Amino acid sequence: MLSLIVFLPLAAALALVALPRLGDAPARWAWVAVAALDLALVSVVWAGYEKPAPGGLAFEERAAWIPGVNSSYHLGVDGFSLPLVAMTAVIFLACAVYALRERHRPRAQAALFLFLQSVSLGLFVAADLILFFVFFDLSIVGMYFVIAGWGHGNRGHSAMKFFLYTFLGSLALLVGFIGLYVAAEPHTFDMPALAAAAPLAGRPLAGGLVLAAILVGLAVKTPTVPFHTWLPPAHTDAPAVGSAVLAGVLLKMGTYGFVRIAMPMLPQAWRAWAWVVIVVGVVSVIYGALVALAQTNVKRMIAYTSVNHMGYIALAVGAAGLVAADTTQARTVAVTGAVTQMVSHGLITGALFLLVGVLHDRAGTYEMGAYGGLAAPAPAFATLFAVGAFASLGLPAFAGFIAEFQIFTGSVAVAPVTAIALVGILVTAALFLRAVQRVFTGKTRGNSVGFTDLSPSEIWSAGPLLLLSLVIGILPRPLLDVIEPASAAVVGLVGR
Amino acid sequence: MGMRPLLLLPEMLLFVGGLGALIGGSFVPRQRQWLIRVLTVVVLVAAMAAAAVQLAGPAQRAFEGTYAVDTTTGVARILVAFGTLLVLALAADEIAASARESETYALLLFATTGTVVLAGADDLLVLAVGFLLASIPLYGLIGLVNTANGAEAAMKTYLMGALFGILLLLGVTILSGVTGTTTYGDLTDRLTQAPAVAVAAATVGIVAGLMFKAGGVPAHFWVPDAAQGAGGTVATFLTTVPKIGALIAVYRFVLVLPHTTSWALLVAIFAVASMTLGNLAAYWQTDPRRLLGWSTVSQVGFLLVPVVAAGRSDLALPSLLVYLAGYMVTNIAAFAVTAALPEHRELTAYGGLARRRPWLAAALLVALLGLVGTPPTAVFVGKLTTATAAWDGDYAWLAVVVFVNTVLSLFYYLRWIVPAYRHADAGMVATEQVSPLRWSARTAVVAAALSLAAGLAAGPLWQLASQQ
Repeated sequence: MLSLIVFLPLAAALALVALPRLGDAPARWAWVAVAALDLALVSVVWAGYEKPAPGGLAFEERAAWIPGVNSSYHLGVDGFSLPLVAMTAVIFLACAVYALRERHRPRAQAALFLFLQSVSLGLFVAADLILFFVFFDLSIVGMYFVIAGWGHGNRGHSAMKFFLYTFLGSLALLVGFIGLYVAAEPHTFDMPALAAAAPLAGRPLAGGLVLAAILVGLAVKTPTVPFHTWLPPAHTDAPAVGSAVLAGVLLKMGTYGFVRIAMPMLPQAWRAWAWVVIVVGVVSVIYGALVALAQTNVKRMIAYTSVNHMGYIALAVGAAGLVAADTTQARTVAVTGAVTQMVSHGLITGALFLLVGVLHDRAGTYEMGAYGGLAAPAPAFATLFAVGAFASLGLPAFAGFIAEFQIFTGSVAVAPVTAIALVGILVTAALFLRAVQRVFTGKTRGNSVGFTDLSPSEIWSAGPLLLLSLVIGILPRPLLDVIEPASAAVVGLVGR
Repeated sequence: MGMRPLLLLPEMLLFVGGLGALIGGSFVPRQRQWLIRVLTVVVLVAAMAAAAVQLAGPAQRAFEGTYAVDTTTGVARILVAFGTLLVLALAADEIAASARESETYALLLFATTGTVVLAGADDLLVLAVGFLLASIPLYGLIGLVNTANGAEAAMKTYLMGALFGILLLLGVTILSGVTGTTTYGDLTDRLTQAPAVAVAAATVGIVAGLMFKAGGVPAHFWVPDAAQGAGGTVATFLTTVPKIGALIAVYRFVLVLPHTTSWALLVAIFAVASMTLGNLAAYWQTDPRRLLGWSTVSQVGFLLVPVVAAGRSDLALPSLLVYLAGYMVTNIAAFAVTAALPEHRELTAYGGLARRRPWLAAALLVALLGLVGTPPTAVFVGKLTTATAAWDGDYAWLAVVVFVNTVLSLFYYLRWIVPAYRHADAGMVATEQVSPLRWSARTAVVAAALSLAAGLAAGPLWQLASQQ
């Protein structure tokens, strides 16, 4: 079942490439249909999901790949991966709907995004380090072509920077993986086996170095300060759908790696270096928020809020490494909050990037100063953007609140000093309110004059994402019930 | 023991086929030279078939134990013959009905024989014979094109070959002098008592000599010139096929050496120097062939990494063979793209290729990203497993160097990919009418597809390479 979910989009992509006579409109709709079908398959998996045994996976599939180095084609889902798989399928469907209006080589775009969807889904269900790396690397290649092919502005340069930077990170990750393989006895790349064995326990220096390699790889992808510099140009010059996928899905590959690979496989090193992760998280939160506050370009501003939001996740997973006897509950809450934040950020920021794309589509600029009073000509746009902004700043009743509330509850209980990261929420609130005020309120002026409101495809792409984040905000239980057992398990593993 | 000449059937087929091509060519009119090409193809396929049959059998030794017929030799025979077969497809475009067609085929077959002999040599003298047999045809092949660049490249190759050939022979002389034997089996026993300085000096000579065939530091100077100056067919051949024999020869040779010589460090230094120098030199090349020439120098560095782990990690030999297989098809794919567009001698000429020739551009993309080591191509599996072997053999720093160099290499490959996938600018209209040569373009697509398939089917490939 998981193989079908992963490779259905790829098969569709190949079909789109191989059928050059297919017109643009059928290609666009084929993309929507395949993305919808894939989402339906994911719903089937979610409906049939039962909590796997500790250390195990549900819907497991396994086949030999390179038995010589104990690497297999091993798939499975658990409480961490299932929500991300579902989020990925939702975001790609939203992008497919949004791109119904695409005029620039829609067939190639559809094929490329279907390829990216396969790669992203594959990464979240991979249970083998090499398989994980294959998808990790291919996501970079795919996103490079998205930015270089459909971006605007200085896209060639931004795409190149993105490629080189994240490729460097991916190779650091690979070095770490090889370290894990060599340290494990018997040598293996299998994730559950490595998590169970925790190689390098009792070898603090080697463990620290391998963790450092893995952390650098994940931190570049996430990104956290100081490895975030590729993110703003990549987002600014990427097309709207590219930004949505980049922020919504690709950034999660980094944070997912923390809970999937770094914490369970290197528990001792993780505990030893937990404070470093916390500090990086807090700095990302505050620095990301402050730099976002200084932006005049709306898209760049949202890009920096991603650094801020990813900082909360780093903070929470770092706090989960501060093992003390009576804090198991708090640490579990923090990890649950971190995974909820991954889903919530994907939905909300994905929606915001799709919406901001409308600005460029209509007027060719993201500068706040070029707009004003936009709410009058474009009420639907103003409403959705305001909803997205409030959701992103962590207003109760949205998924972001559930996530950040848990992150802070857990982290502050373990390490009270992390409360200083609350400043980030305050700054984020300020910057979103300011952006909404400058772009949408006041007298209609500048590029706002004659601005066309959202088209149906734009409403029906960003709207459902925000709606879903609202649903999670009001009824978080179904999601939390899936995540919590996995969080408890990983906290238990880190405490070994 | 004994002679058991039948074990060498594939080598004999190749050599006799070369003679046949040489003699037959003089009796066939120029317009019918394709007959010789067909003969060459038949010979190569027959050699592959004979090698495959022997691969299924147990490991044996021929000619009084001086020649190993084991899995490694079997895989090398098939790879070498298959690589030459792909190269022949390029020849169908480039040198069909040219004045030196049958001679080219004869020289290719001789060089192929020499490469296989290098891979199978289990004796220093056989190694020397293989070296000469693989090298001398190359000088002729490079010089076949009648251009200034070609002449310079042939001269350079000849001088480098002569110099490093002497080094190799010197090493062979020293080792046989201090031990009184040349077969690897006896050397293994006797070298432990031999004077360490003499063994070290001989090791440097022999490994450096083989680096000439592999095209790695310190004997790499001829590679970029030959890749740029020679014809497409020859450039593809000499940057791909001889490496297979040379690297396996190095692998077999270092296993003979006692632990008292720090040969692993020597090979590691050659590896690091090759990959780093090759990468840095490739940075600002504007001629795609020259860029690829430097890229092959860096690939030799990567290919030397499992040799460092020889005898220390079980992964060393299979990872070397898998990397060689992946490298062969991937590198041929990249060269075949340049052979398909012989007029494109600037990277900028590839502007907008994706629009005009999507399949060729896709082959180029797969080949270049493959050479970087992007999954799931075969070179990725090779790089991953060779780096793992090095780490497993206590050379963790070498694994790190491999990946640092991989990042370095990405940049110049992207310099080629980027224009190909960008829209053609106004200045590129002139090249738009050029249509790619048919056979070369097909070879590029097939080789690129093989490189992907070999990566996905790495399991069976590994199984084959690691059988005893």
